[in-house]
Amino acid sequence: MPDTSPLLTAIFGRLTLESIPIHEPILIVTFIVVALGGLGLVYTLYRYKLWGFLWREWFTTVDHKKIGIMYMVLGIVMLLRGFADAVMMRLQQAMAFNGSEGYLNAHHYDQIFTAHGVIMIFFVAMPLVTGLMNFVIPLQIGARDVSFPFLNNFSFWMTAAGAVIIMISLFIGEFAQTGWLAYPPLSGIQYSPGVGVDYYIWGLQVAGVGTTLSGINLLVTIVKMRAPGMTMMKMPVFTWTSLCTNVLIVATFPVLTAVLVLLSLDRYVGTNFFTNDFGGNPMMYVNLIWIWGHPEVYILILPAFGIFSEVVSTFSGKRLFGYTSMVYATVVITILSYLVWLHHFFTMGSGASVNSFFGITTMIISIPTGAKIFNWLFTMYRGRIRFELPMMWTVAFMLTFVIGGMTGVMLAIPPADFVLHNSLFLVAHFHNVIIGGVLFGLFAGINYWFPKAFGFKLDDFWGKLSFWFWVIGFWVAFAPLYVLGFMGVTRRLRVFEDPSLQIWFQIAAFGAFLVACGIACFLVQIAVSIWRRDSLRDLSGDPWNGRTLEWATSSPPPDYNFAFTPVIHDNDAFADMKKRGHKRPLEGFRAIHMPSNTATGIYIAGLSVALAFGLIWYMWWLAALSFVGILAVSIAHTFNYHRDFHIPADTVAATEATRTKLLTAGH
Amino acid sequence: MASAVNTANPADTNSDELVFYLQDEHEHAEGSSTALGFWVYLMSDCLIFAILFAIYGVLGSSYAAGPGPQDLFELELVAINTAMLLFSSITYGFAMLQMDKGNVRTTQLWLAITGVFGLAFLGIELYEFHHLIEIGATPQRSAFLSAFFTLVGTHGLHVTFGIIWLVTLMVQVNMHGLIPANRRRLMCLSMFWHFLDVIWIGVFTFVYLMGMLR
Amino acid sequence: MSQHAHTAAANAGNQTKTAEKHARDNAEDLHDEGHNHGSYTSYITGFVLSVILTAIPFWLVMHGTLDKNWTVFIVMAAAVVQIVVHMVFFLHMNAKSEAGWSLMALFFTLIIVVIVLAGSLWVMFHLNANMMPGMEMDGQGPVTSNPVPGGDAEQQSQ
Repeated sequence: MPDTSPLLTAIFGRLTLESIPIHEPILIVTFIVVALGGLGLVYTLYRYKLWGFLWREWFTTVDHKKIGIMYMVLGIVMLLRGFADAVMMRLQQAMAFNGSEGYLNAHHYDQIFTAHGVIMIFFVAMPLVTGLMNFVIPLQIGARDVSFPFLNNFSFWMTAAGAVIIMISLFIGEFAQTGWLAYPPLSGIQYSPGVGVDYYIWGLQVAGVGTTLSGINLLVTIVKMRAPGMTMMKMPVFTWTSLCTNVLIVATFPVLTAVLVLLSLDRYVGTNFFTNDFGGNPMMYVNLIWIWGHPEVYILILPAFGIFSEVVSTFSGKRLFGYTSMVYATVVITILSYLVWLHHFFTMGSGASVNSFFGITTMIISIPTGAKIFNWLFTMYRGRIRFELPMMWTVAFMLTFVIGGMTGVMLAIPPADFVLHNSLFLVAHFHNVIIGGVLFGLFAGINYWFPKAFGFKLDDFWGKLSFWFWVIGFWVAFAPLYVLGFMGVTRRLRVFEDPSLQIWFQIAAFGAFLVACGIACFLVQIAVSIWRRDSLRDLSGDPWNGRTLEWATSSPPPDYNFAFTPVIHDNDAFADMKKRGHKRPLEGFRAIHMPSNTATGIYIAGLSVALAFGLIWYMWWLAALSFVGILAVSIAHTFNYHRDFHIPADTVAATEATRTKLLTAGH
Repeated sequence: MASAVNTANPADTNSDELVFYLQDEHEHAEGSSTALGFWVYLMSDCLIFAILFAIYGVLGSSYAAGPGPQDLFELELVAINTAMLLFSSITYGFAMLQMDKGNVRTTQLWLAITGVFGLAFLGIELYEFHHLIEIGATPQRSAFLSAFFTLVGTHGLHVTFGIIWLVTLMVQVNMHGLIPANRRRLMCLSMFWHFLDVIWIGVFTFVYLMGMLR
Repeated sequence: MSQHAHTAAANAGNQTKTAEKHARDNAEDLHDEGHNHGSYTSYITGFVLSVILTAIPFWLVMHGTLDKNWTVFIVMAAAVVQIVVHMVFFLHMNAKSEAGWSLMALFFTLIIVVIVLAGSLWVMFHLNANMMPGMEMDGQGPVTSNPVPGGDAEQQSQ
């Protein structure tokens, strides 16, 4: 540390010119690419005068559909970042043999595997899942919006702010080198004195506020806003699994928040929660963070289960087999997910009695999950199956996920875990369930609901190409890791001694290349679909012969979703309506009460980024100012009592008349 | 247990003329979800405290050869503090009863008294913290003290935000009177305030009283 | 949760209901916001009970002569009862508010809190017993298979 004047320290904290990683050519190139891309984007927006439009119609919106779409965009953008990290790791591990150090130094490599995990879980999987729930739930339950529309916008921007904080670490300073859960004492101030762990902490804390609030919001929405007649046991399965997911979010993210607060107290104030001396206990951190961490994986997978349920029954043209057992299985998984956290650290040494308890509870979870698989299979049995893209993803999921689940049961056996703990077998296992379960589910969901969101289907050819690249690429990338895990290779290694292992890493790297093609095809798929949108257009609002309420309205749905609130008489409400020949009401429209847009969410999220930046770099003045700013903006917001407006009956009538015309034209 | 709206209706089985759309719809009242939403938020907050209690439970006897509860706690002070919080709870209750009667001035009066009790509580707690730090029992001294300061301090921070919120609401009631939006907000703060009192029961029992019994 | 699902399942069997009836219910839902703010009597009752339930444990710990186990038991019991008193008289918890959802959320939270607290204590106690023999508090000697001396044993009894 060169000596700096006290004034500079007071202003910039520990931020100096050396903090900019100009000695890392990879980062410089990345920065240039991002900067040019960003400038190009800004110029395009300026050229076509889109700023005002984006600000008014999207950034400040409280419409759950637009917020859902923004979540999806955030998730896909961050997927590219997280996947770039994955490719870099695969390349490094394929190269670093026979005395070669590869192309990444240890400092950089450690940041990459940490960032990969953090980004993929918090800023890819979570936004994509939340985005789908946001978009679909109100439509599925026949509501006009969520319970707290402003909070929804605010939640999104807090999640985005967390992503921004993580992205800043790429170019200013460094990211954590601790692995994605930042175990102390490694993440303590003594062993990680830099800003990396602080970026980690504050990125997750800011995003965590958004996640918790969105969980509360969607939970209350499902409880309070269901259309008349929709009892709990008439809710679509996706709504059910989302309900359980949001219960889990509300009941676990506070745990993460609290644990990270304790870690930051250790780092900032010098308390002794997780230190090695003065009575601290680092193992308590591991214990607490997994109380959050295990339910978190169910937070991700449950909505995916819901998507598969909707897709299977729609594309088999049947009711879901065993609706009730599906619901109970979901609820049982929700509760059991709180009783298994110790299986992440069997080797910590809590002894035989504790380990066997958690081993058994873990194995029990496979029972309701297995029941679900059978339900989907029985739904397909003797159904009229249409192998459209969502259905293909679903079938691939069932084949892949079952194997991931079985390796999970293997890991749940404590003696086996002592051999496999922290090995590449574990890495292969959780990618097997998260890619094979969550990601395949999200792709099924994106292909399924895209026409609802935009009014045209996604292109089939590129979708299938993407599908095959993904599925084959996944297996080529991760099957070798199972093998390597059995050979005892541990995770997060940068350089290898044993040359006989290299071939497996090279195969895995090729698999990563295939997945890269899959992602590229997915992007092309979206681009091509937008390009050819007129030929892919769906005027009916119901392109798949859907069974749930979201297909009852137009695609894309009007701001108010439903001109008249639907009344539900049976499961699969829309299928029931079609069967009994319902008629869309064509007159008697009324003014509809809607919430107004607001920019408060963006302001608070922006101030939160500033607050986090100040805390990370010890710029105390910035932190203090932004904190006061956040308080002031929040309080000022509560002085605004006029937060809603009415869509006039005439506008509603005109919108619905257009739809009537399109519907008749479509027939 | 099920939502009364959706299940408690007696069935009216006239399936020939099923209604699929609500033509004659009452608007959803603004804020009809607020009470439940805020309650769910409180439950999530409760889990933050659960973690702090858990960490106190695990690390609460790791004194690192430093002072323990018996060397530090003064139960007289804690008893006074408990009384302050308890008084503030009942005065807030009186404020809510006045609000139900639509009585702006007495509502404000009781709110103000609640705020004063809250401030007294904070003052005593700050005094206690100051005293502990002065005699060297700082949060950095041992894991026990880290856990103690964090648990009690987090509760104190909640009370602080409660008071800021209380003042804000008093200003808003002053500006707009007891309109439905303000009533709803006062009701949320009331839940928040009583919830903090419940947490305090846990704090004085587990931290202070049990600490003295070690 | 499952309890609820069960009730709902039973109800799902019932036939459908008309829209008007529902709309009426909805309307009632709006006007009565479902909040019961209690009465002077209920607040005073709650307050008096709380004072008693606070005074007893404080007095026992400060001046009491009961043996320690009994004191611990009574202090704990008073806390539990007082929490219930606050829930009923100050927070107006009952099975009816928000159609039972509030109470269900509370029970679910309680279950999670118990799991988190008991689980952490159990896990960490065994960890200490297994991995840190001889490192017990105040150097009271190595751990045997019998209950551990020092602070940890007391935490268990909590």
